[in-house]
Amino acid sequence: MKNKLHNSNSSDSGINPYSDVTVNNQFVNAVARIRFKELELLGKTDIESLMSCENEKECLQYLTDKGWGKEGDQTSEQILASEREKTWELLKELVKDISFFHTFLLGNDYHNLKAAIKQVYKGNDTPNVYIPNCTIDPDIIIQAVKEHDFSLLPEVMREAAEEAYQIQLRTGDSQLCDIVLDKAALDRIYSHGKASGNELISQYAELKVAAANINIAIRSVKTGKDEEFLRRALSECESLNIETLIQSALDGMDEIFNYLSTTVYSDGVPALKESAQAFERWCDNKIIEYIRPQKYNPFSLSPLAAYLLARENEIKTVRILLSGKRNDISDDIIRERLREMYV
Amino acid sequence: MMEILNDYGIVLAVIGAALAALIPGIASAKAVSKGGIAGAGIITENPSLFGKVLILQLLPGTQGIYGLIIAFITFSQIGVLGGSNDISFVKGLLYLAACIPIIIVGYTSAIRQCNAAISSMGILAKRPDQFGKAMIFPAMVETYAILATLISILAVNGVSGINI
Repeated sequence: MKNKLHNSNSSDSGINPYSDVTVNNQFVNAVARIRFKELELLGKTDIESLMSCENEKECLQYLTDKGWGKEGDQTSEQILASEREKTWELLKELVKDISFFHTFLLGNDYHNLKAAIKQVYKGNDTPNVYIPNCTIDPDIIIQAVKEHDFSLLPEVMREAAEEAYQIQLRTGDSQLCDIVLDKAALDRIYSHGKASGNELISQYAELKVAAANINIAIRSVKTGKDEEFLRRALSECESLNIETLIQSALDGMDEIFNYLSTTVYSDGVPALKESAQAFERWCDNKIIEYIRPQKYNPFSLSPLAAYLLARENEIKTVRILLSGKRNDISDDIIRERLREMYV
Repeated sequence: MMEILNDYGIVLAVIGAALAALIPGIASAKAVSKGGIAGAGIITENPSLFGKVLILQLLPGTQGIYGLIIAFITFSQIGVLGGSNDISFVKGLLYLAACIPIIIVGYTSAIRQCNAAISSMGILAKRPDQFGKAMIFPAMVETYAILATLISILAVNGVSGINI
């Protein structure tokens, strides 16, 4: 699958594309257009309308009437994929240099790398495992893995790619391969987000890495993982002290909760105690909380990043809702899983 | 020494008038340009808002006009457009000082008014029926450009009456 978003220009080059004052002027036009697009986002009333639909088919009809999907889309996944595609097409139209948004796409590169390594290991070609919205063309990643030539990848990816490749092919340990690439992805997202100089993107990167660290620590307690595993899996971030988190994880679940109660994630502890899904929902709602002020900001990249995150949140919410309707899950349970909306 | 300096009185007055036309003019050009960029984004999505967007875009253009008025009055007072051009050094300095309010406030208010106008375009995008309220916000910034213009007019006229 050809990646339409592939763009070699990135802040990895050391150039900070966000800090230039002229950039704010550059986005004035884009933000003005985004204000109209925000009107098309699903609000609480739309979610209520979807909830009142009898089944998935009615929901899809409602979404189609709202302009969701493209001609010929049949399934809910096709409609959701089309919506994501539309979002990126719009952003590409508004911002010539899409590398501004690489923080949101880097994780997909590492997902594709994981998929490629596993396909090569298993010797099969499973279709539709690659995510098209990414910074590196998936075909290049596949070629790099098949030919074992990681010089085709950006320098910052090569070391982790080689390590994961060797682990997978020599030991067959898929979990360890995943850990190496997940950590590399988180490190990259974090450094890219922080280097952006944009407060919203920086906050997103911080929350993304911290939430991943918390989830890893919780899972490690449940599965009895040791300190070496934790050190290998956790990524550095400002809002969490990794050494304390490791020690807490080794001491048990309650110690993790106690430690998190002293951090900026204390509000998330009740959700964490409830379930992993509840914590994921808390994180998604936190992102909406971060981006909400951008509705009133007419300048800078932030309103565009906020729109992107709002669309992702919208698509995720609709997916949860459609999945619930498809599986005849009660409305109360579906409501518990729904995210807050941007508008 | 003073006699030599007095030869440069007219130079100072012309500098003041030129800056009064130049600085707010540059600010207005920048502000109208930025407003136009934002306005084009609005029109791309909803062409029917052209008239309202145009008004918001043009609001910060007035500072350039105010600067031009001050420059014109100054030129007419110092004899550049005809009449006596015997301006002492101190008087030239006073003309320059008289132009300073519109030079500084004209520049600052044009840029700030542009930002307010662009914010109001956001209101227009989501609530076109609230155009009246949306226009008030950038229009308020105009007050200070008008005050600075008035002070510069009074000062320029006042300086001409001083016999130094």
